[in-house]
Amino acid sequence: MTEKTVIPFQGTPEQEAQLKEVIAKHHDQPGGLMPTLQEAQGIYGYLPIEVQKMIADGLGVSLSEVFGVATFYSQFSLTPKGKHRISVCLGTACYVKGSDKILEAVEAKLGIKSGECTADGMFSIDSCRCVGACGLAPVMLVDEDVYGKLKPDQVAKILDSYK
Amino acid sequence: MTIEELNKIKVAKADIVKVRTIIAEEGEKLAKETGYRKQVLVCGGTGCQSSHSMDVLKALKDELAAQGIADEILVVRTGCFGLCSLGPIVIVYPEGAFYAQATPEGIKRIVDEHLVKGEICKDLLYKETVHEDGSIISLYETNFYRKQKRIALRNCGVIDPEDIEEYIATDGYQALYKVLDSMTPDEVVNEVLESGIRGRGGAGFPTGRKWMFTKDAPGDVKYVACNADEGDPGAFMDRSILEGDPHAVIEAMTIASYAVGAHQGYVYVRAEYPVAVNRLQIALDQAREYGLLGKNILGKGHDFDIEIRLGAGAFVCGEETALLTSIEGNRGEPRPRPPFPAVKGLFGKPTLLNNVETYANIAQIIRKGASWYNAMGTEKSKGTKVFALGGKITNVGLVEIPMGTTLREIIEEIGGGIPDGKAFKAAQTGGPSGGCIPAQHIDTPIDYESLAALGSMMGSGGLIVMDEDNCMVDVSKFYLNFTVDESCGKCTPCRVGTRKLLQLLEKITDGKGEMEDLEKIQDLATHMKTSSLCALGQSAPNPVLSTLQYFGDEYLAHIKDKRCPSGVCKNLLQYEIIADKCKGCTLCARNCPANAITGTVKNPHVIDTTKCIKCGVCMNNCKFGAIIKK
Amino acid sequence: MEMIHLKINGIPVEVPAGSTVLEAAKAANVDIPTLCYLKDVNCIGACRICVVEITGARGLVAACTHPAAEGMEVFTNTPKVRKSRKTTLELLLSNHKKKCLSCVRANNCELQKLSVAYGADEDRFQAEEMDKPIDDSTPFLVRDNNKCIQCMRCVAACKNVQSVSVIGNIRRGFNVHVGSAFDAPLASTACVGCGQCIVSCPVGALTEKSSEKKVWDAIADPEKKVIFFTAPSIRATLGEEFGNPIGTNVEGKMVAAIRRLGPDQVFNMDVTADLTIVEEANELIERITKGGTLPMFTSCCPGWVKFCEHYYPDFLPHLSSCKSPQQMFGAVLKSYYAQKNNIDPKNLFVVSVIPCTAKKFEVTREEQRNGDFDDVDVALTTRELGRMIREAGIDFNSLPDEKFDDPFEVASGAGAIFGATGGVMEAALRTAAVKLDGKCEALEFTEVRGTKGIKEASYTVGGVNVKVAVASGLANARELIDGIIKGEKDYQFVEIMACPGGCINGGGQPVQSDSVRNFVDLKAIRAKALYDADSSMELRMSHESPVMDLLYNEFFEAPGAHNAHKYLHTTYVPRGKYPEN
Repeated sequence: MTEKTVIPFQGTPEQEAQLKEVIAKHHDQPGGLMPTLQEAQGIYGYLPIEVQKMIADGLGVSLSEVFGVATFYSQFSLTPKGKHRISVCLGTACYVKGSDKILEAVEAKLGIKSGECTADGMFSIDSCRCVGACGLAPVMLVDEDVYGKLKPDQVAKILDSYK
Repeated sequence: MTIEELNKIKVAKADIVKVRTIIAEEGEKLAKETGYRKQVLVCGGTGCQSSHSMDVLKALKDELAAQGIADEILVVRTGCFGLCSLGPIVIVYPEGAFYAQATPEGIKRIVDEHLVKGEICKDLLYKETVHEDGSIISLYETNFYRKQKRIALRNCGVIDPEDIEEYIATDGYQALYKVLDSMTPDEVVNEVLESGIRGRGGAGFPTGRKWMFTKDAPGDVKYVACNADEGDPGAFMDRSILEGDPHAVIEAMTIASYAVGAHQGYVYVRAEYPVAVNRLQIALDQAREYGLLGKNILGKGHDFDIEIRLGAGAFVCGEETALLTSIEGNRGEPRPRPPFPAVKGLFGKPTLLNNVETYANIAQIIRKGASWYNAMGTEKSKGTKVFALGGKITNVGLVEIPMGTTLREIIEEIGGGIPDGKAFKAAQTGGPSGGCIPAQHIDTPIDYESLAALGSMMGSGGLIVMDEDNCMVDVSKFYLNFTVDESCGKCTPCRVGTRKLLQLLEKITDGKGEMEDLEKIQDLATHMKTSSLCALGQSAPNPVLSTLQYFGDEYLAHIKDKRCPSGVCKNLLQYEIIADKCKGCTLCARNCPANAITGTVKNPHVIDTTKCIKCGVCMNNCKFGAIIKK
Repeated sequence: MEMIHLKINGIPVEVPAGSTVLEAAKAANVDIPTLCYLKDVNCIGACRICVVEITGARGLVAACTHPAAEGMEVFTNTPKVRKSRKTTLELLLSNHKKKCLSCVRANNCELQKLSVAYGADEDRFQAEEMDKPIDDSTPFLVRDNNKCIQCMRCVAACKNVQSVSVIGNIRRGFNVHVGSAFDAPLASTACVGCGQCIVSCPVGALTEKSSEKKVWDAIADPEKKVIFFTAPSIRATLGEEFGNPIGTNVEGKMVAAIRRLGPDQVFNMDVTADLTIVEEANELIERITKGGTLPMFTSCCPGWVKFCEHYYPDFLPHLSSCKSPQQMFGAVLKSYYAQKNNIDPKNLFVVSVIPCTAKKFEVTREEQRNGDFDDVDVALTTRELGRMIREAGIDFNSLPDEKFDDPFEVASGAGAIFGATGGVMEAALRTAAVKLDGKCEALEFTEVRGTKGIKEASYTVGGVNVKVAVASGLANARELIDGIIKGEKDYQFVEIMACPGGCINGGGQPVQSDSVRNFVDLKAIRAKALYDADSSMELRMSHESPVMDLLYNEFFEAPGAHNAHKYLHTTYVPRGKYPEN
């Protein structure tokens, strides 16, 4: 239905070994599911069904509970992200300075919507709630790079520099 | 570690830190005695790091090495100074010279001219610190700083947060020793009660009473937790404290653990705050290494340790029961209260939960006494409050003011007013749970009661300034969009109510509003306030109610006249080319993404309003001011 | 017990400390409406329909979770309370598929009942698109989330009561919905089909997959010989469908009503309950005396069998190889009965009436197929039978009492108590005692009766001390099995029923609303009807039934003999937690 992962899972044995370590580490920790999911996403970049099953079995909770937690928090992703991850801040400080226009410009440039990934896997767009750089509003992040005091017409050039 | 060892570190480091707080001759003298003739502080807060302050820091270190003066100059990477819009910020002591928007190129000049030759680069200074006659003042004398009273932020931008000894040098962990050495848990709780401090996370519940309830709750296992899930978009007080003075939180939580009888603590912090998380982790490691956390703290027989738990992007987890549910590894859905966390909290055990800013005051209350603290502020709101100024204001950043300071003082003096000569329209406090304060109430002294009386709330301290270009219906819609997104979906009034409220607002901004919609909005808002399960739902209608109260005319303009007075709501706008002014340059037509503009060269162009998507590109491109929106 | 005193609408009441405001109000004969709260299942304070005013409290308070306190003043019927409840209903209705006229829960819908009571306007708020997909992937259940009101009772039943947890809350805010992980169809999960979610649902979002049409078609088909048989508990619950008090035994009217639907025969499934006992007792004795796998677990509950296949596949050798009474009946009909009456089994259309949704899956089991047909063609729940009787225009309560048809009419009281937790155990113990000791002195094994989740007892049978355990509700079953695996528990014989209280509380039984379930122990009252039936019968032991003599003499020879083994026993399929399909 809606959440189905379309891209085939390509986990490596190394990643699986890492995940098993993470699960072992959090197995007996009270409330260990969240940290496990966070570290698992760190390993795989997202949380496909294969990974969630390993976590469910490893921690002894049901897959539906794991999925429930994974879909509750906005930072968990069920689909892979682009090579470059664009994040436009829609926090209040940025919004009142027009960050919605920045997001529109990014979407227009890449031809995808927020939450999607370009067909070539190069870019994915997300909106976020305040990165704490309110002094630079409006703000956009590309990977770790922060672009502040942005104007919509600067977006295209910035994105071109990542190609 | 013993108190003697603690004091030894304090004495050894005290002067080095002191240089950063005393200016001019006195500072000169002291600086020489410390072995460093100058100290250069570079802000390593998230705001400045986003402006590439780490490149500046690297350039600084390289240049100092190149000049061969690395031994004489102490470089300190601090937490947030508060003036984020001027970042990256560099301050040179003992002069207190405040360099704004530093660049790697600029820093070379500062090393060359200021640090080597002793000549301050006045053109690189923050202009407020340079008088017309060329004399300079320190940062502390600027409008931005003068009216502030920094308690929770006292070490932010002053010490190196990654060096526990700098914290110790500023009387760090002395309060903890005092508590463990000479106070009973009851006395600690009483001191906090007496101070009058109230929770800085939102609702303003008296902190001391929370401590008392948790202490009095039966149970062998108890927890102390810290709410660092600062979800209000546009608020970053807690992040700055964790980045700038993490030990203040650790010390306070340890004091609390002694008071309530807990041995394990949790800090629940937003994963979006990597710098804060990293600094807190370093601070925890150092505290353990120094015997200030772990078993038998300061040799006084109390055991306590702290674990960091990361949030994963859910605003509702700022609500205390949701936060605890999340630490337990579940969907962050709030639980009904009672039972309150103080009785049945984390893993079903009595749990004390305060937010970062609240904790940041505790050690000083213990050290200086409740009466020192409760002398500040208003009758029912004691002490200070940190606000994150944002939006249409010159000095975007972090300020700490005594309770009772007026909004006007904050905006006009500390904040430096509204940029671009625009008119102040409203200030929004309390984020998605709060409301707005209109211009007619700008002289209201700010405390918990006065904000509530105005239909807003203190909240965690976000203060967003809006000017005449902001449409208040659109602003309410923005907040409702946020709560619709962030509602956990558990209770009916919030899950469905936020959505219905948003649909009603959308109807209005789409130009389809009817007068009876206002009545529905009122009804629904009242319902959500009285019947929602948690504070998120109960306060979600606040932005709508308060804009309706103060800007009802804007709603009416949208509904009756089908007009957005601020020119924000797209569906109520029309772009038009004034034929007299149009030179027929074709620029607008060429740039129109919807091909909605027609016309021939040197003849006035026309916009086909049925095709126009109201993106505004034409207006931005027109060199002749021939395009207007109305 | 410490008692506290408070006032509900000015009426003083005394209630035990620890009571909720909801319970205290009931003590004052004041009903507070509920939607998400369901006693022993779900207590989360989410729907907000039960809000009340409490003097001194900020805002309105949820009565289902709020503890009553000494001196408290509660008001349940103020303008503020009524308005809030009405608005809550209107909000729910804005996101509810209002196909109320033909909904199977019409007249038994908690949302509808409250909407009428509070005069809610279903069109007050903008209606949402009703475009959520309907999941009808399993043979037993249909989920229509367009009707779901997010009360979470089904999720709680699945997780807390059954420890199955194949459904949960997905996403958050307005997009929150109940479903399986990755929104997969339920058929691809390790759902056991118990149907406890259905009987917990306050609205029509969860229903059994209806088989009524198939049955009507078969009755209308002159080629088909249609045979109905009814499970032991149906007599104790069907009356509820026609307004009878809970626990009314309506066996005679039930038989009369079914006969008027037009099938060829109406039989009594208690007969194969007896047959199951004879076979199972024989198997148990063999396992004990010949060193077979112990403890032996009963296998008559299809929800439990599927649970074991999914979650404890290593435990399958512990399951009795006996088919369930339903499947035995089908096998008897399509083999012995068909041969004896010269009927091509392909023309036999066998309909079981069962209290259960898992049995709708059981009839489709590949390993229980008899050549190229299923032994039982359709399994109908009590509710479906009730609907068919209504559709046929039968005035149920005015019917005369009638008897089942020969030859499957007479059964023992042991067969009747199959429908309650502990009943199979008790029935087996009666027969085992006679087989081993030659007599059974005390016919009533009270230690294994009652609605407690886990019951343990030990009896000396045949000179051997036999330790037995009985669990109902799969969370209890899980606890029991985990105890056995860890070596903390040791038994020879264990009875498991998936539904709390056994079949009388099965997922196919009439849905009693929260206003009943929150204050009455449905399980105990319904079970009493079966135990009363047992005690009033002369024939109390399965093996003494004349029908057993008939079956073994004419066809099965002896318990465990060739034909018995061929038709009455089966094997199981390890399915794992992620069957996918």
